[in-house]
Amino acid sequence: MFGPAELISQLLVGISRSMILFIVCAGLSFVLGVLRVPNIAHGSLYMIGAFTTFSITKMFAGSAGFWIALIVAPLLVAVVSLVAERALFCHLYEREHLMLLLFTFAISLILGDLVKIVWGAEYKSVSAPALLKGSISLFGASFPRYNLFLILVGPLVAIAIWLFTNKTKIGKISRAAAVDREMVGVLGINVSWVFAIAFVIGCYLAGVGGALVAPTVSITLGMDHTLIIEAFLIVIIGGLGNMWGALVGSLIFGITHSFGVLFWPQFAIVFPYIAVVIVLLLRPKGLLKSVW
Amino acid sequence: MFKSIVRTKWFAVVAAIFILLFILPLFAPRFFVYIFALIYVTSLLAMSLNMVVGYGGMFQFHHAVFYGVGAYAVALMLTKTSLPMWVGFIAGPIAAAITGLIIGWFCVRLTRLYFGMLQISLGSLIWAIVFRWYSFTGGDDGIHGVPMPSMISSLNSSYYFILIILVVCLILMYMIIKSPFGSTLQAIRDNSQRCEAVGINVRRYQLGGIVVATFFAGVAGVLFVVLEKSVFAEMLFWVLSLEIFIMCLLGGWFTFAGPILGAAIIVALRTFVGRYTEYWTLILGVILILVIFFLPEGVMGFFQDLFKPGAKEAVERK
Repeated sequence: MFGPAELISQLLVGISRSMILFIVCAGLSFVLGVLRVPNIAHGSLYMIGAFTTFSITKMFAGSAGFWIALIVAPLLVAVVSLVAERALFCHLYEREHLMLLLFTFAISLILGDLVKIVWGAEYKSVSAPALLKGSISLFGASFPRYNLFLILVGPLVAIAIWLFTNKTKIGKISRAAAVDREMVGVLGINVSWVFAIAFVIGCYLAGVGGALVAPTVSITLGMDHTLIIEAFLIVIIGGLGNMWGALVGSLIFGITHSFGVLFWPQFAIVFPYIAVVIVLLLRPKGLLKSVW
Repeated sequence: MFKSIVRTKWFAVVAAIFILLFILPLFAPRFFVYIFALIYVTSLLAMSLNMVVGYGGMFQFHHAVFYGVGAYAVALMLTKTSLPMWVGFIAGPIAAAITGLIIGWFCVRLTRLYFGMLQISLGSLIWAIVFRWYSFTGGDDGIHGVPMPSMISSLNSSYYFILIILVVCLILMYMIIKSPFGSTLQAIRDNSQRCEAVGINVRRYQLGGIVVATFFAGVAGVLFVVLEKSVFAEMLFWVLSLEIFIMCLLGGWFTFAGPILGAAIIVALRTFVGRYTEYWTLILGVILILVIFFLPEGVMGFFQDLFKPGAKEAVERK
């Protein structure tokens, strides 16, 4: 029914989409692991990243805009999240999860409307930089260059996160805080600022994901709500707070979706949910070890 | 059971409020009648959620699915089949309860956040199917112009129908919460390990609580169709689930009437604020933040503290 070329190219499309999901979910998982905050506003920050990318690419002529946006947009998202953390979140860490969940939902409602005020309700689109436009021939099927770029970026981000959490001091402290935050405090470390830094790094990754996704989709209000639910499910099936789990979960989600598009386009969005349900029934606490 | 209701000093107040609501369509403009009917539907939905969240202590994150299933069941029965109209009305809550039984059967094996996440994924599965199955459910367009029996097709008659069903459901819910079953649910909420130790089948009781609550959510879905004569896929989207959560939080988790108050505040605010600005969700977010910071027990809980200090330690949780 389908030649091997179609299958491979669809697999690669699925993997490239997984990479964006992975970058966003790694941030969400990091925040969940260290702060124990189920952050619904994560999706809004991703949306802000995409909209900022749109504005910055419009500001500059040529393809320089996109590369500048790739640096600046996540930083802007990080600043927004730092303000939110220091002003609001840091007073609520002792509350139970349900309250935190509703609180971050409130933040996402506010951010969603702020995006509407700043950028309006119309669809926006960003074109990929000249270097990554067009497609190349791969195993006899044409494959967009930009998706290939995403497949390369994903592992780089994974390595960067791994280096950060395992080789830097702040990364090690935040891993320790994920396991036993009281003990970290006893050792004379300012846990409040560890949390702030971990939160900002997690949100920075949401901004990176938003900037990277901008050329592949139409940027619209509501992209936060569709993304965040997928991101939560990915983090849960991977194992809370586990970065490699986020990678595995994203690959499951992205690949089932892309094969769904191939085999039964009308119900493509149903397939990832079925995969998630199957994983959760077999391994309720996620595929890999959770830090909770 | 009824004696205990009658004995409370609030009975006269509650009865007076209901009599006032019953004569409302005689003098109020059509718009207000519609808003009040919408408040009844929404408060029934919020109360059904509170049965599992407030009294059962379960993280029912995707309650809107059962509301949507109830509404879609009745809408599909009325538009696609030629069965008697009232069969569809009964089918809505039953379909919701069966969905609740299936989803709950999987969810009660897990606890807290994992419970909620499994429910969101199963609920999103149903949402995705409804959202894409254009030939059957109408996809993202939904179903419009559902035919209604002539008895309840006008606004005033549907208002009375909704109010009567709401009152019946409120009495039923009150009886369930005060029954041994309801007390067991609350005991499980407060200390599930001890309940297990004294020989209560925790999972079976939780599943029972979910089925009862989803049944009432299905009733709310049917009433929504009676009022609006249409259904759409957003009714099953998880954002609505969290909005219902906000209503319960705003009114007060552990009070019987709290969710009604929360639903009334949210629906009324949305209607009146929506006239002046399109940025309604911004205001909702600000209200929610203020409630979480300053009124963690909700409006009803705040008044209870004011009038009956010391009444709340029974519901304190970690």
